[in-house]
Amino acid sequence: MGMNLFKTTAAIAGLALMGTGMATAGEESALTINGDLTIPTSASAPAHLENIDMVTSGWIYRTKETQALQMDDFDNPSFVFVDVALDLWDKVDGSEGKACSSCHENGPEEFAGLTASMPRINAEGQLETTTELVNECRTERMGAEPWKYSKGKMAAMTSLIGLQSRGSVVNVAIDGAAAPYWEKGKELYYTRVGQLDMSCSNCHEDNYDVMIRADHLSQGQINGFPTYRLKNAKMNTTHARFKGCMKNIRAKPFGQGSDEFKALELYVASRGNGLTVETPSVRN
Amino acid sequence: MRVLIATAVASVLGSTVAFAGAAVAPGEVKFDNGTVAASLTGVAGDAAEGRVVFANRKLGNCLACHTNTQIPEESFHGQVGPTLDGAAGRWNEAELRGIVSNSKMTFEGTIMPAFYVQSGYFRPIEKFDGVSILTAQQVEDVVAYLMTLK
Repeated sequence: MGMNLFKTTAAIAGLALMGTGMATAGEESALTINGDLTIPTSASAPAHLENIDMVTSGWIYRTKETQALQMDDFDNPSFVFVDVALDLWDKVDGSEGKACSSCHENGPEEFAGLTASMPRINAEGQLETTTELVNECRTERMGAEPWKYSKGKMAAMTSLIGLQSRGSVVNVAIDGAAAPYWEKGKELYYTRVGQLDMSCSNCHEDNYDVMIRADHLSQGQINGFPTYRLKNAKMNTTHARFKGCMKNIRAKPFGQGSDEFKALELYVASRGNGLTVETPSVRN
Repeated sequence: MRVLIATAVASVLGSTVAFAGAAVAPGEVKFDNGTVAASLTGVAGDAAEGRVVFANRKLGNCLACHTNTQIPEESFHGQVGPTLDGAAGRWNEAELRGIVSNSKMTFEGTIMPAFYVQSGYFRPIEKFDGVSILTAQQVEDVVAYLMTLK
């Protein structure tokens, strides 16, 4: 009941915000959190980007009211879910009688900087995501069941881990063993799909900072993910957002955790190289 | 199997047109420099119905990308494409029919979806596989409506 009420309130708040003035890219684009952590919301585009000079955080395209929610952790609804993850952190699960904290004795802070470099190539030469790292711990070291790729517990835990990189500059590797994954992700980014026949680039490269109905199109950067959305009042993972976009253009989504979405995650993350991690961010 | 279902769906949609079987199939539309001179159905477009299709989010959803001050009751008109105010003064009926049916024949590489094609797009959700966004008569209705935007 308490949760339902919270969701309803958040949804109403979301509706109310839609009616207010739209923020304009570049205008008052200073994001300071808790009065002391200043996060640059734009940066020179990484060298591999051919059609964009500056990369920008999705934060600057949101309304002043939505922006404000991310400027204080007491106002940021993400922290309800970060707290859920902190409880899970200490919770013993699986055949080995372990919790996260059993091995990671110094707390989630051990993961400072990790999310800024994810996804990355693992020791076996395969692309791996933060989500997969968590599930690898669960299945191989805890003897526990893996969590669903984008469901509540995993979205909360990857938010907690991402928070440890808040303020770090995004810098995912795209060369070496990562190159073929990156090329595949780039191809997906520019491939039109669905009955509406659109690619990621049609909206997020060709038309960012433009209104598509009531939505102010962003560059689709993922430096704030997982992100709390006013629309559904929960943490949203990158793969869940990819799925939502594909459904919007009436395309059959790839699976969450699929090779396609992992490659796309790497490519989209690399489009934000130079931006600063904002996780857990707030969007509409 | 999917082709069969899609064909069945397409024929059901087609039968809602005033004269079943009279509509030009999406793959048979004749473009001349992006324009389509002949009606897709032989039935005059209904501008009032076209206005409904234009605004409906599950049909034309034209306001997602275009502003149109003739539909003030709907808020938040999109700005991805040009305004459609005065469209009838800039385009003739054949040009508008071509643009609504498949704008890629007029504007190469455009983001605008083709509203009367049933193939050539990839990974569609099953219920949209092999069907056009609008029916032939809905295209005619939207064109008739656009022709009122002086």
